[in-house]
Amino acid sequence: MKILKILLSAVLLALLFLPAWLQATEFIESAAFSGKNGIAVAFAVPVDKAAAAEASRYTVFEENDPDIKLSVTSAALGSDGRSLQLLFAEPLNSTKTHVVRVQGLEGGVDLNFKVAKPYFGHLFSILVAALVINNFVFTKYLGLCVFFGTSKRKKTAKGMGVVFTIVMVASASMSWLFYRFTLIPFHLDFLQIVVFIGLVSLTVQAVDTILRKVNPVLFNSFGVYLVLVIANCVIIAVPLIMSSLNYNFLETFMLALGAGGGFLLALYLMSSVRERLELAKIPPTFKGLPIAFIVAGQFALAFLGFSGLQLF
Amino acid sequence: MTTSSNTKPPWELLSRGILSENPIFRLALSMCPAVGISTTVMNGLMLGVAVLLVQVFSSVTISLFKNQIHPRIRIPTYTLTIATWVTVIDLVMAAYLPGAYAKMGIFIKLIVAFAIITMRLEMFACKENATDSFWDGVGMGLGFMVGMVVIGFVRELLGSGAILGYDVLGFKPLLFFILPSAGFFVVGLMMAFFNWVELVYKRRKGIQL
Repeated sequence: MKILKILLSAVLLALLFLPAWLQATEFIESAAFSGKNGIAVAFAVPVDKAAAAEASRYTVFEENDPDIKLSVTSAALGSDGRSLQLLFAEPLNSTKTHVVRVQGLEGGVDLNFKVAKPYFGHLFSILVAALVINNFVFTKYLGLCVFFGTSKRKKTAKGMGVVFTIVMVASASMSWLFYRFTLIPFHLDFLQIVVFIGLVSLTVQAVDTILRKVNPVLFNSFGVYLVLVIANCVIIAVPLIMSSLNYNFLETFMLALGAGGGFLLALYLMSSVRERLELAKIPPTFKGLPIAFIVAGQFALAFLGFSGLQLF
Repeated sequence: MTTSSNTKPPWELLSRGILSENPIFRLALSMCPAVGISTTVMNGLMLGVAVLLVQVFSSVTISLFKNQIHPRIRIPTYTLTIATWVTVIDLVMAAYLPGAYAKMGIFIKLIVAFAIITMRLEMFACKENATDSFWDGVGMGLGFMVGMVVIGFVRELLGSGAILGYDVLGFKPLLFFILPSAGFFVVGLMMAFFNWVELVYKRRKGIQL
C-alpha cells in the first residue's frame, strides 16, 4: 500500500506542473463543452454579430475523425459580442478532443481551435472507468481463474489485489516505453503479444527478486501470489488495450492503476461474500464454484449500474 | 493422469479432452471467454477453433523440440511458443474474418494467457511424441470448443430464441441470458447441473452396490 501511495502522489505532483493543456489561439479566450450538445466560446474582443451567428461558418469534428463533420444547429452570440454558444444536433462525446474551424470571422481569416476536457479530468475519468465502469472482472470478464481461486479469504484477496496492482502498473509502464520507442519506430507492432507477455513475465520476476531483498516481511506475505500472476489475462490485457487505444504514458499509468484497483475491489467484495457463504446453508450441488459464479453474476449486474457514469 | 504409454489410440486421447478432462466444466480453467463472449453459438465456435489451432500447433511444436529445450527454461519457452502461434492466428483471423474478429475483441489475443494451453504443454507435450501430442491437443481444443458451444447454445436459445442466428423458437424466452453478466449465471448453473448429475450417478451406484 505504501508503494502505491508514493506512486500516486508522484503522479499528482507531475500533473500540477503540466503546462496548461491545449492553448487556444489568443483571439479565443476560452472554449469548453457546455451541456450535453453545446460548446461555449469566449472571444477576447467583441466580434461581428451577423457573421458570428451564421451556423454554416462553423465546421466541428473530433480530432481523430476529421472526416465526420458534426452538424451545428445554431450559433448564438451573447449581447456583449464576446461569448458564443454553439449548439449541435447530437450530443457530443466530451471525452474526445474536438476541433472547431471558423471561416472568415475576423478579417476574413480562418480560425482553428480545439475544445477538450480539462486534462486532469480526462485522466481521472480513465481511472474511474477502469476502476468501476469497465471493471476488469465484472464487466470485461478477465482474470476469472485467479479471481475465483484467491477470493476465499479476505486476507488473501487483499494481498493478491495489491500485488496485482503493483505488477500491473510496472508492466504497463514498461510495455508502454517498449511499445512507443521500439515497436512503433521499427514497425514491429505485430510482435506486441510476444513482447508484452515477455515483459510481464520479466516484471513479475523482477518484483519477486526486488521484494525479496528490499522488504522480506512484505515478501513473506505476498510472495506466494506472485507465481500466480504471470500467466494471467488481466495483466496482459492492460498493455493490449493501451496499444489499441494509442494511450500516452499518463493515460496508460491511470488505466493500469484503475485496472489493478478494480481487481482489488472485486476480490475484496467477493471474498467478503464468500466468507459468509461458508456459514450459509447451500444445496450440496451448488457448493464451491457454482455458488461463487452466481454471486459474481449478481455483482456483475450491480456493476452494470455504473455504466454511463460521468464525473467531469 | 498417467501419460506413460506411447501407443495410445487417438480416440482415447480425444475423448479424454472432451469428456473426462473437459477444460471448462471439469478442470474449470479458461473461464474468462466462457463467461465473456459466449453469447452466441457462433462466437463460441470461432474462439473454440482459434484455441484448438493454437493448442495443436503449440503442442506439436513443443513435442518436436522437447529434446532441445533445457528443463530450466521450459516455461518461458512454452510462453513464447504460445505467443507466436497466437500472433499467427490473430493476424490470420483479422485478415480473413474481420467481422468475427471484431466481435471477439481482445479475447483472441488473450489466448496467450490461457492456463489450459500451458498446462497441456507441461503435462503432455513435453513428454510424448508428436502424433500423440497432436491428438491430445485436438482433444483439449475440441473439449474447449464443445464447452463454449454448449454455453453459447443455452444463452442464444434462451436469450434470443435462435440458433446460429436462425430464429428457432419464434419468441425470446429470457432476454436476460444475452446480457453479458448472465454468463456467470449460466456457467454457475451448468456447473451445479453437472455436480447434480454426478451426485445422482454416485447415489444410484451406491444403492446398487
